[in-house]
Amino acid sequence: MAKLTFVGGIHPYDGKELSKDKPIMEVLPKGDMVYPVSQHIGAPAKPIVKKGDRVLVGQKIAESTAFVSAPIHCSVSGTVKAIEPRRVVTGEMVNSIVVENDELYEDVGFYPEVPLEKLTKAEIVDIIKEAGIVGMGGAGFPTHVKLSPKEPEKIDYVIANCAECEPYLTSDYRRLIEEPEKLIGGLKLILKLFDRAVGILAVEDNKPDCIRILKALTQNEKRIVVKALKTKYPQGAERQIVYATTGRKINSSMLPADVGCIVNNVDTMVAVYRAVAEGVPSMERIVTVTGDCIRRPRNYRVRTGTSYRQLVEEAGGFMKEPEKIICGGPMMGYSMFDLDAVVTKTSTALLAFSQDEVSMLKPGPCINCGRCVEVCPGRVVPSRLADAAERFDEAFFLKYDGMECCECGCCSFICPAKRPLTQEIKSMRKILLAKKKK
Amino acid sequence: MSDKLKVSSNPHVRSRATVNGIMAAVIIALLPATGFGIYHFGPKALQLILISIVTTVGTELLYGLISKKQTVDDLSAVVTGLLLALNLPVSVPWWMPVIGGVFGILVVKLLFGGLGQNIMNPALAARCFLLISFPAQMTDFHYDAVSGATPLAALKAGESVNVMDMVIGRTAGTIGETSLIAIVIGACILILLGVIDLRIPGSYILTLLLFVGVFGGHGFDPAYLVAQLAGGGLMLGAFFMATDYVTRPITVGGQYLFGIFLGLMTGIFRIFGPGAEGVSYAIILGNLLVPLIEKITWPTAFGRGGKRHAK
Repeated sequence: MAKLTFVGGIHPYDGKELSKDKPIMEVLPKGDMVYPVSQHIGAPAKPIVKKGDRVLVGQKIAESTAFVSAPIHCSVSGTVKAIEPRRVVTGEMVNSIVVENDELYEDVGFYPEVPLEKLTKAEIVDIIKEAGIVGMGGAGFPTHVKLSPKEPEKIDYVIANCAECEPYLTSDYRRLIEEPEKLIGGLKLILKLFDRAVGILAVEDNKPDCIRILKALTQNEKRIVVKALKTKYPQGAERQIVYATTGRKINSSMLPADVGCIVNNVDTMVAVYRAVAEGVPSMERIVTVTGDCIRRPRNYRVRTGTSYRQLVEEAGGFMKEPEKIICGGPMMGYSMFDLDAVVTKTSTALLAFSQDEVSMLKPGPCINCGRCVEVCPGRVVPSRLADAAERFDEAFFLKYDGMECCECGCCSFICPAKRPLTQEIKSMRKILLAKKKK
Repeated sequence: MSDKLKVSSNPHVRSRATVNGIMAAVIIALLPATGFGIYHFGPKALQLILISIVTTVGTELLYGLISKKQTVDDLSAVVTGLLLALNLPVSVPWWMPVIGGVFGILVVKLLFGGLGQNIMNPALAARCFLLISFPAQMTDFHYDAVSGATPLAALKAGESVNVMDMVIGRTAGTIGETSLIAIVIGACILILLGVIDLRIPGSYILTLLLFVGVFGGHGFDPAYLVAQLAGGGLMLGAFFMATDYVTRPITVGGQYLFGIFLGLMTGIFRIFGPGAEGVSYAIILGNLLVPLIEKITWPTAFGRGGKRHAK
């Protein structure tokens, strides 16, 4: 049964008041746009344009024949300037298509191919695939793959993840306030794929206004319920939200579909709606730009390929010199080397802080206080796993479920000795996962 | 700008809790018991407390200077020194806390690798060391010309005890163990600050009460049970020493089991042993069993055992 919460978790300062009350503002990019060909989990897409080609808004510029992959669409009109490796937020170099923006925003023409009522299930999935939609909460798993489980008749729940449990992030919140009908539209489209399924709009109870809006909009929908979840990080983590809404448990080797669930975040469902109902591919998203260094913190409607530098300028620039810039939330985001990386389908936020808490604090010895054990949503013993990772004790790490860590960061956050527990466990997992793949 | 940006792995925020803060909280929580001890046993008690703390802090400081790795600023040596003094009778000579302090910090803690690496609680191990080495001085509880049989010893000898005196602390005993009220106030501070929880103290105390109720020969007579609770350093041990992070199990199930074990051992020592107390030995024994207790109470990872089928 639905518990509306989970065991473990933390309550960090949420910083949402900085940006939550200002309406979403559109950003029209200037200058060069950069489109990494891998903005998702799975095979990278291959460029289908070449240097010198003129491209339009919404034009497909890279695609792949692999099932687990997603095509890339251009978000401006202009000329392909180069196809070369560029640095992305994680620090890796990824082959990217660089487009010189002519600022005309000439598009390919967007219209739904078939009227909504006449669409078959296969056609819906196909449109989603062609639109290049991936999980926009951060992981970037191709949505059409998620929506094609082996036994679709066994799906009982389609969960719209509106938890937004990461501190500082308010993009989902603004969406729910400004465009709730698009989210519900996306959910209804996905429900068409699963005849037995009930749709769940799962919102943390720190957003009572959203809960009210969603309840009002869905009161006549027989297949959709709104669930208010306890506010706690990481309530929006896939395993935790499935458990909180349905009482079903999955581990690291399972997919939500294994327990009859499909989970999509807010932006993904909106992208599904826009692709199927309006014919628009995935080429924009809402990004929260905030932190104590940002002059005008708020949410921006950003075209993929826009550089973070431009986004910061759009937000009024820096009031104070930042010491740390994070792409994503403070719990699971990446800290950035510079602002040259671009917004991709999985970007959620840009945070700029004048002080970096992490480098200010010196790690000390573990005093075995057990706080990491209390907060770990994976119910493992982080301090001991980090210890095993430090001495590369693979047998211990595997035996005591080190692979079940979801890297949410709760253990590092809570640790009074300021030990980098998540980092150590994460590194070990990465090595072991790579080993497994070989 | 880019050369000034700090880059690190997630998460990028940290809670406010620190090791020093936790140690400071424990010191503050021990103040009511310390204050009552000084009030009840006189200036000699204060003297012993100061000697003990100076010894433990000095030992840690010196070791840090020699090993070139200073750790005295974590305040844990202050906690050890204070706890050790609270576990001594007021009649001991001044050099007793010195020997105990050096043993506790150097042998029990630092030689095992310092804070977090010790197997036994340093203060308790030092007390047990002193009890074995100087049994006469360590069990001489006379003060102010009061003969000084501890309430538990009196109870065991078949005499009656004044329960009210025990609750307030107007009895013989070690400096910090006599006042049930003072210790409970301190324990409440720790619980409210989230430093400790009731898993270990609760299961410890309940198990002991059940045990002495069944085997003590007085049944569940309330006065007898309160005497068992208030006497023999049980409260001090249950709330301040059995809960020592380093030497208790990290697993939640293990903490309950640990408490139950301590309750049983204390009960056995009290009822069937030659002495009337037994808290210190029970906790030290429990400390040694921690790896085993953790092993059998290891938590099950979330979703473990689930099957993957869909692709």
